Amino acid sequence: MTPEIKQFDMASATDVGRVRAHNEDSMAADPGIGLATLADGMGGYNAGEVASGIAVAMVPTEMRLLMDKQALKGLKDEDVEALITTQASKVNTAIYTAAQDQAQYAGMGTTLVIAYWHGDRVTVGHLGDSRCYRLRGEEIKALTRDHSWIQEQIDAGLMTYEQARASKKKNLVTRACGIDPNVVPEVHTHDVVAGDIYVLCSDGLYDMVPDEDIHLTVSSLKSNLPLAAQQLLQQANDAGGRDNITVVLVHVLKVAHAPVGFFARLKNWFK
Amino acid sequence: MAKVILSLEGSVIREMNLDKERVTIGRKPQNDIQIENLAVSSEHARIVTILNDSFLEDMGSTNGTLVNGNPIKKHILQNNDVIEIGKYTLKFVNDAPVAAQASPEDFERTMVLRAPPAQRAPVAAPAAEPKGETMPRMAAVPKPAPAPVAASAPPAAAAKPAAAPAAAPAAASAAQQAWIQIMSGPGVGKEAPLTKNLTTLGKPGVQVAVITKRPQGYFITHVEGASFPVLNNKKLDTQAHLLGDHDLIEIAGVKMEFFFRQSNA
Repeated sequence: MTPEIKQFDMASATDVGRVRAHNEDSMAADPGIGLATLADGMGGYNAGEVASGIAVAMVPTEMRLLMDKQALKGLKDEDVEALITTQASKVNTAIYTAAQDQAQYAGMGTTLVIAYWHGDRVTVGHLGDSRCYRLRGEEIKALTRDHSWIQEQIDAGLMTYEQARASKKKNLVTRACGIDPNVVPEVHTHDVVAGDIYVLCSDGLYDMVPDEDIHLTVSSLKSNLPLAAQQLLQQANDAGGRDNITVVLVHVLKVAHAPVGFFARLKNWFK
Repeated sequence: MAKVILSLEGSVIREMNLDKERVTIGRKPQNDIQIENLAVSSEHARIVTILNDSFLEDMGSTNGTLVNGNPIKKHILQNNDVIEIGKYTLKFVNDAPVAAQASPEDFERTMVLRAPPAQRAPVAAPAAEPKGETMPRMAAVPKPAPAPVAASAPPAAAAKPAAAPAAAPAAASAAQQAWIQIMSGPGVGKEAPLTKNLTTLGKPGVQVAVITKRPQGYFITHVEGASFPVLNNKKLDTQAHLLGDHDLIEIAGVKMEFFFRQSNA
């Protein structure tokens, strides 16, 4: 392999928080593929951990297999989106089947965020209320919109963002992985600029730590991402740590531009 | 158990317990709560109850549903809410003590609010319902009382008589502001308050440390660079260190002092 500048800096961390007995969150960061996966499980006993664990084990494994088969090369945005949708529904089937087969796993499910960087694009698929933020310059922006009852209230204009933050009903998700036999994730593709930092997190982080503080922490400590991740967990715990807290940080150091074809170059000339 | 009391013009007609997950309200007889009045749509509204929480949803009725006088599409019912459907009122009563419902470790579990039946496959087994995992978000976790910052200061302060005010009673600590003053190099004498939760010091690419504000006090942590910050002439490791009043810090060759000052001073 030719020596080249590292494309991503990734770090992840998870903590049980200060109230819960179990950590039902799981995450995986794979700089080799350019893939980050985060899942926040739900279900009795350890079923939540099982569900989120299935999700973060399956997605990177499947993607790595595809990469080894050279099947990830030269894909168009819509191909990648279809691929992420397929991954999410495979995970859904696996969790749903396990929940059906084994009584102790009945009712288990998980939220899911998958972010896959390809060339100068990132495709983000999600189910439930785990989020993917993008930090670019002075701006922090959520690339995902929660599939939650509260978000529906905001969208319908029935609640303001502030009311939602104060609400007691934040834990109702309207879409999740493994609950129904079929599920459709929400998948979007965004452009990527070198220097972007992506933050995948469970609700245990963003419920406890305001977006501005996430922004400040990650942008100040981007040279030491593991420390930034630890600081975020610490802030969530200092604020009460009411839920499991999980974060995956991805700093895009370099953008690999897709090879530009003759026609595209011609078109660029006339822009 | 939550219940609704159906009345017409002030006189109670009947009381119903919300003992099912879905209770439908409408003019047609298949509704759980039938109101035979032309102002009421055949399928007017429904109340979805999940453990101790009830949600009222209008089912696209012609004349709408009001709660406490306001038209709603979806609404989280609170004790004593008054639902108006045509000339009828339904008073929602839920006097179950909320706190007694959930054990501490079950607080605020995430749960799924399922899509309407029409959208999901009929084979969805009831076993997949996340029963028993539906816990209300905890009303309030008592936040750890912000540890008085000065409490950590006395040992350092004792060594420096000049710092006597810093050892003032804990009550005064709320009015104290942490500052950094540069003691060497080109910026000598400059000072700045640590107003943010997180302040980085040093030169990016050379050596950077961060001071974080926590309930227990201010902590310094190494961020980047081959050499570690020096605190009171001792080299730090990767761990966070609690800062005391008048601590001396050296980062990227610049000495600075950390201290507290009355914020009204």
